[in-house]
Amino acid sequence: MLTSILTKALYTLISFFVILNYSLLLLGTMARVRAKVQGRIGQPVWQPYIDIIKNNARRSGVTHGIMFYLGPVFRLAGGLGTYFFIPVIFGSKIFANFSFSGDVLLVMYFIFFGQLGMALGAGESGHPYSPIGVARGLAQMTAFELPFSLAVIAVAAQYGSFSITEIVAAQQGGWQNWVAFTNPFAMAAGMLAFLGMSMNNPFSIVIAPQEIPIGPPTEMHSSFLGMLQTNRAIFNGAKMVLFMNLFFGGAAHPNIFIALGIMIMKTFLIYLYVVFVGVSFPRFRTEQSIRFFLGVPTLLGLIAVIQQMI
Amino acid sequence: MSDNMNDMDQMQLFNDQGRLLNAGLPDEEKALFCDAAPQVDAPYRGIWEKFLNWARSESLWILGFGTGCGAIELRPLMTSRYDMYQYGVQPRPTPRQAGLFIIGGYASVKTMKRIVRSYEQMQGPKFVLGLGSCTVNGGMYWDSYNTINRLDHYIPVDVYIAGCMPRPEALLAGINELKKLIKDGKGENANKYAENFEWYKGNQKKIIKDWNMPDYNW
Ligand code: SF4
Repeated sequence: MLTSILTKALYTLISFFVILNYSLLLLGTMARVRAKVQGRIGQPVWQPYIDIIKNNARRSGVTHGIMFYLGPVFRLAGGLGTYFFIPVIFGSKIFANFSFSGDVLLVMYFIFFGQLGMALGAGESGHPYSPIGVARGLAQMTAFELPFSLAVIAVAAQYGSFSITEIVAAQQGGWQNWVAFTNPFAMAAGMLAFLGMSMNNPFSIVIAPQEIPIGPPTEMHSSFLGMLQTNRAIFNGAKMVLFMNLFFGGAAHPNIFIALGIMIMKTFLIYLYVVFVGVSFPRFRTEQSIRFFLGVPTLLGLIAVIQQMI
Repeated sequence: MSDNMNDMDQMQLFNDQGRLLNAGLPDEEKALFCDAAPQVDAPYRGIWEKFLNWARSESLWILGFGTGCGAIELRPLMTSRYDMYQYGVQPRPTPRQAGLFIIGGYASVKTMKRIVRSYEQMQGPKFVLGLGSCTVNGGMYWDSYNTINRLDHYIPVDVYIAGCMPRPEALLAGINELKKLIKDGKGENANKYAENFEWYKGNQKKIIKDWNMPDYNW
């Protein structure tokens, strides 16, 4: 009993370590990709590490109350919660995390949990731009949640399961079994919703630096900000792994390192797609992005669900 | 500020308990603001502090205050020609997160008030870069009725960049100079501000007549 708990803890730590470092490097790489598009050299790939160290090394900090403390904590809990209920590598004990039957529902909840916690923390900071950013974020979130949920429902109906492991298992045996090909409408709706979820252009109005300094975290600084940045990496990684599992067959191979390589390749491409869209399109206003998500993506999601019913 | 307050009352900073008086605030607002003066935060020692200083110097987040015309030279730094990101420098629109305060030229008395507020809201260790001759000695505005002459009488300045206006290359050179200072452990001006708080406040209050903010802006 004790050994099994200890091994699980060790596996969890390994899995956490891998995703944290991978996601930080991925953020750095993508910043460089963006720089290349703009004809710049761009920041070093390891810049996210330095930024986090720097922020945690600030010597002073100001708090605005208990919720201000708890905001980043909730956010981090949201990120960790999302990640720890997603199996990263199919069939691997080390990277199975805490997945169980019905984990997709919990993960969907955790994706939004962090934002709500952050909303409370940002609200207590008293800075007028924070609630504006939060309001924009929540409005946009409500809009992209619709196509995202429809996509997940369609996939769950397709395989008759709310377990990510089972959904991945059903997609094994070649790319023609991936949801992306067996249920393309669900994939399309999900991937469009993913654009909003990752808050890149054109859906970056939530943290628009030019008009509302940077929205919800305007007052967050020092280690508060360090925590948020750490979470940003984990959360990003978790979401990409989730989408890989739901639509692109997950990562499976008897050799753990090859499986990790597959995971890295697939998530890299998923993120590259977000960056590709981001550098190609200007920023939407809030009402434009809401109208967008309630239009074509929702329609695609509906078609996917109806397809499963008939 | 209440009208019957004379300049001497304004100048007095601390009460008997060593708390800030916040004399510029109306009585009913005093309780809303903090009355603690800034503290000296001692650095760590040895290799650990060296490592942290390296991180601080390689990740400089700019709060760009375009006070004067020289600030126009800040923008090209973000473009592909000068690309400050490759040196670990990036803009950050909020003083809470920024570590490097760039004063972009002449500072009028009205702006000085905002400079003080923004500087005090930044979290230490924090650095200031004075851009252009106007910040060094007043430049071509040295006898203006409405601008200050030496920026480092009001907030501590780490690096001055002379020129009217200095080119982006000069700005980058200044930033690299600052990086060296930080790596050598000489970027301790936030502590200098705390140690000489009364002197800085005295200078600030001498020129800012309508002092209607707390004595120290958290
Ligand atoms: S130094 Fe010259 S360019 Fe800079 S603010 Fe003064 S007058 Fe303008």
